[in-house]
Amino acid sequence: MTTQPITQPTQPEITKEIRDIEADAARAAAAGGRPERHARRDYAPYRSSVLRHPTHELVRVDPEEVERFSPAFGHTDVDVLESDLTIQHSGEPLGERITVSGRVLDGEGRPVRHQLIEIWQANSGGRYVHKRDQHPAPLDPNFTGVGRAVTGDDGSYRFQTIKPGPYPWRNHLNAWRPAHIHFSLFGSAFTQRLVTQMYFPGDPLFALDPIYQSITDPAARERLIGQYDHDESVPEYSLGYVWDIVLTGPKSTRMESEEDHD
Amino acid sequence: MTEREYLQTPSQTVGPFFGYALPYEGGGELIAAHRPDAIRLHGTVFDGNGQTVPDALIELWQADADGSIVQRQGSFRRDGYTFTGFGRAATTLAGDYSFTTVKPGAVGSSAPYCFVTVFARGLLHHLFTRAYFPEDSEAQATDAVLAAVPAERRSTLIAALDGPGSYRFDIHLQGENETVFFDFDA
Repeated sequence: MTTQPITQPTQPEITKEIRDIEADAARAAAAGGRPERHARRDYAPYRSSVLRHPTHELVRVDPEEVERFSPAFGHTDVDVLESDLTIQHSGEPLGERITVSGRVLDGEGRPVRHQLIEIWQANSGGRYVHKRDQHPAPLDPNFTGVGRAVTGDDGSYRFQTIKPGPYPWRNHLNAWRPAHIHFSLFGSAFTQRLVTQMYFPGDPLFALDPIYQSITDPAARERLIGQYDHDESVPEYSLGYVWDIVLTGPKSTRMESEEDHD
Repeated sequence: MTEREYLQTPSQTVGPFFGYALPYEGGGELIAAHRPDAIRLHGTVFDGNGQTVPDALIELWQADADGSIVQRQGSFRRDGYTFTGFGRAATTLAGDYSFTTVKPGAVGSSAPYCFVTVFARGLLHHLFTRAYFPEDSEAQATDAVLAAVPAERRSTLIAALDGPGSYRFDIHLQGENETVFFDFDA
């Protein structure tokens, strides 16, 4: 017995899978189905999901007391300086200096106050400070790429960092991830927990990336793209991106009066 | 009246490269291991081929021994005394995770459990589950959440005593013993 060498799928093959699934999802939505607002757990173009998604339906239950609370992170845990990823070493990191700011809201539009946000990212060359990242792009001695913050009274957050680079991975031949920053968020209830990725506008890799495309509804996946906001750019210093994040809430909608324009 | 929707931000995988960012020193030690009431909650994460998962991240959230849910800071900077109820541990190269904690007390009418969240490369959305304890079968018989689980799958939620004060809670993402995962966003 000889084992066949594993041939990697090509980008056109992965792209075709992505498009076929999206066309199916669009037909289902057009036929009156609910739009798919989340990533599919079973999304074959992202090969690592195949053996790792649950095959049984999730069991729907009401959260109990434990799930209605979440840990209390605060300034015992997080120093305010941890939101600046450009000052963690003796020198300045290489790359395009940016700020990423926004608000964290719950499903009723209320600010998620005093909750933890963690971010991590590749450096400007697309390399992570992770020992299993073997991409032969240079490490930057002045950039680790890890930040933390606690949201303010209005749910706001702000990080200063550098724009991460795209990087190759081994899902298929010539696979490249669009540039992104990983976000980990807590709400006031553990059921609101969210780990996701923020992308940058206009990335040519979006259509090719099975992780981004695992959200089959185009409007839903566009909610992962931070927006460039010139008002947030600092003259002669940094470019500003704004990204608001909505966690699950007890309800996903609320009624409000016409006068309420906030 | 108009209806205004706040649409959820979709989830994306934690990816393979969280190891230098999310795990932290003392993350798995909710209490000091030498405390007489310390228990170990540990296990292995498996994929659908029965292969161990070396790049998963497990979070624990639980009540204190008396069933109270604490709201204390300090999970990231353990002082050795303050129980915060939260722990975080990455799986090892062998796919194992381990926490040192107290056995939670019962909260309300539910049987005691630790709330467990699983993140991993390949998981586009995290998974929620619960680790119950084998000695609480009486309380489990009336537990509302267990009652919602098909009887033949309930055993996947019960840790096994595998030593003095040591409980094994393996997590099967797929397969014959696929762990029950919950959706609370009803």
